[in-house]
Amino acid sequence: MRRQVPLFITFFVGTLLIVSVFIPPMENLGEDFTLFFDIIAVFAFFLGGGNLLRVHLTKLYRKSPDWGFSVVTVVGFFLMLAAGLFKIGNPGDISASVTAEGSMFQTMFNNVVLPLQSTMYALLAFFIASASYRAFRAKNREATILLVAAFIILLGRTPFGMMLTAWIPDSWSVLQVPNLAIWIMNSPNLAGQRAILIGIGLGVVSMSLRIILGIERTYLGDDR
Amino acid sequence: MPPAIVNFIAGQVGVQQLVVSGTSTTAQTPPSHPRAAFLVLLIIISFTISAIAQEPADTAAFDLPDERPAPPTSVVVTDFKYDAGNRVDITWVPSIDDQPELTLVDGYTVYRSANGGDYKLLDSLLPGISMYEDEEVTPDSVYTYYVATMSGKDTVQSVVTQEIRPEWELVNFDLAWLFVIAVIISGSIVWFIWRARAGADLFVRKIAGLDAVDEAIGRATEMGRPILFIPGILDMDDVQTIAGLTILGRVAKQIADYDTRIRMPVSRSLVMTAARETIKASYQVAGRPDAYSDDMVSYVTDEQFGYVAAVDGIMVREKPATIFLLGAFFAESLILAETGNSIGAIQIAGTARPAQLPFFIAACDFTLIGEELFAASAYLSGEPKQLGSLKGQDVGKGIAMLAIILGMVAVTMATAFEIDFFQMIADGLNQVFSTKAE
Repeated sequence: MRRQVPLFITFFVGTLLIVSVFIPPMENLGEDFTLFFDIIAVFAFFLGGGNLLRVHLTKLYRKSPDWGFSVVTVVGFFLMLAAGLFKIGNPGDISASVTAEGSMFQTMFNNVVLPLQSTMYALLAFFIASASYRAFRAKNREATILLVAAFIILLGRTPFGMMLTAWIPDSWSVLQVPNLAIWIMNSPNLAGQRAILIGIGLGVVSMSLRIILGIERTYLGDDR
Repeated sequence: MPPAIVNFIAGQVGVQQLVVSGTSTTAQTPPSHPRAAFLVLLIIISFTISAIAQEPADTAAFDLPDERPAPPTSVVVTDFKYDAGNRVDITWVPSIDDQPELTLVDGYTVYRSANGGDYKLLDSLLPGISMYEDEEVTPDSVYTYYVATMSGKDTVQSVVTQEIRPEWELVNFDLAWLFVIAVIISGSIVWFIWRARAGADLFVRKIAGLDAVDEAIGRATEMGRPILFIPGILDMDDVQTIAGLTILGRVAKQIADYDTRIRMPVSRSLVMTAARETIKASYQVAGRPDAYSDDMVSYVTDEQFGYVAAVDGIMVREKPATIFLLGAFFAESLILAETGNSIGAIQIAGTARPAQLPFFIAACDFTLIGEELFAASAYLSGEPKQLGSLKGQDVGKGIAMLAIILGMVAVTMATAFEIDFFQMIADGLNQVFSTKAE
């Protein structure tokens, strides 16, 4: 019974949503179910927040290695919670938005959270360089093709690429580096991406059918 | 000029009585002093001039009647086909004065009347726009519309449209071909599942990334280090997250068998609860329910880069031997994969986001590309009925390949040689594979 009820709900809702695509009066059913999901997810956040606190308070209690990070986490958690819940420093009254400019919550978000997020995002620039270095080493034929394509695109996106091949007459303009870069992006690259997308679409259909028909149940915690 | 003011002025200069008639004001009794009369006349003239000066807009409106723009024409209202009776489309031909160089038309306003009631403003639109979709209608009302050209504060309205009652349709026949294709693909998947259940031998190609799962878990066991499983950063309403969890179920069973540790930081609360259930069930199936702990899965944060910082920290501190990155990833994909690479972990990644695949291919040992992510759970299970569903996908791929080749030939021939037959094939394929409502 514990497994059959979720399986029945999955089958019923899955079939209903497929049918709703073809029945105009039911066209908003997907959005309605998304709304239900959002409501459930909001309540589930208490579980997540509770788990976060439990993990870090346990670390503090046991003085586990790196417990200093847990202090920062717990203090940050309660500080932001209090600032948002009690609207500390809000310019308006209690009905004003928690994210109103000048409020403690918004000030901390703008001056602490955003810079930290930007810092993490900025790491991407360095990681792209290191990953490119490994990927573009001409170890075999495929890697060499990748290297040449990447070089043309890199060059084609710079003014130097234009300068380098500006002498090519208009009748052969397709050979100018910026045009070659555009061709690589719009033809081989797009064709490859579309092939992957077709495969993904079919994979989603296949997996959805396995789930709706109850053949695939591992996501319900049933591996039998 | 108001009589009270005139009388007040007259009183000040010694005039007995003033009679105001129309716009001109004359004194019935001569002033006792000619200088006072001149002063009165001067004041009257100055008031008249100032009054004229204060009403330039009205005067201009009277003087320049031709500056009003023309109204929109051919305003037509049509019921949107194949909907729930909740949309009508209003189209019109823009005003002839709606030209960028004239700057006479500021835009259009659309008005609606329901069941013969007053006209209410629906929306204001920019110049050049000639269509409006009204999605605030119901099938139980009758509507009429008009569109007005805006020019400053002035509006010039079109004729009122004919009455319309939105209708709803039970079936969307525009999607008939989509239905047929869906039935063929779904039918073939179910057919192959049925054949596999009946014992038919079905060939499924090897997927290197999934064949390496055993080796990756074994390596972690030998090194005595944990296995890190990252299910992406989206919630349980995303099919990639579900695919990640189905793989987790298979992987967790092997981890339980090998008695290795698994660590799974997640960015969504619902994923946390679903992952715990999945791992718990796998440990039970492996006969090791005692080895399971809720601490294997922990919630970190919903914030994308906060999550990345936490996971990177775990990687650097705990140095897992194996990392699975299976689910929906965005900009964080390369940050996670490169950090994993830097600690020397075996990495098996998979996502259905084509933009992130190159990053995984560059930084990970094995990458499940697109459909392989969704096939992984069935592949790892080895169950005939699950493998049968993969075989069914091939029919869909066959249809796609056939349509692409046929379309390519048809469009090339129709364009190069202008042969109607090939143009007909190209149009037919376009109609079959287009899901846009006409």
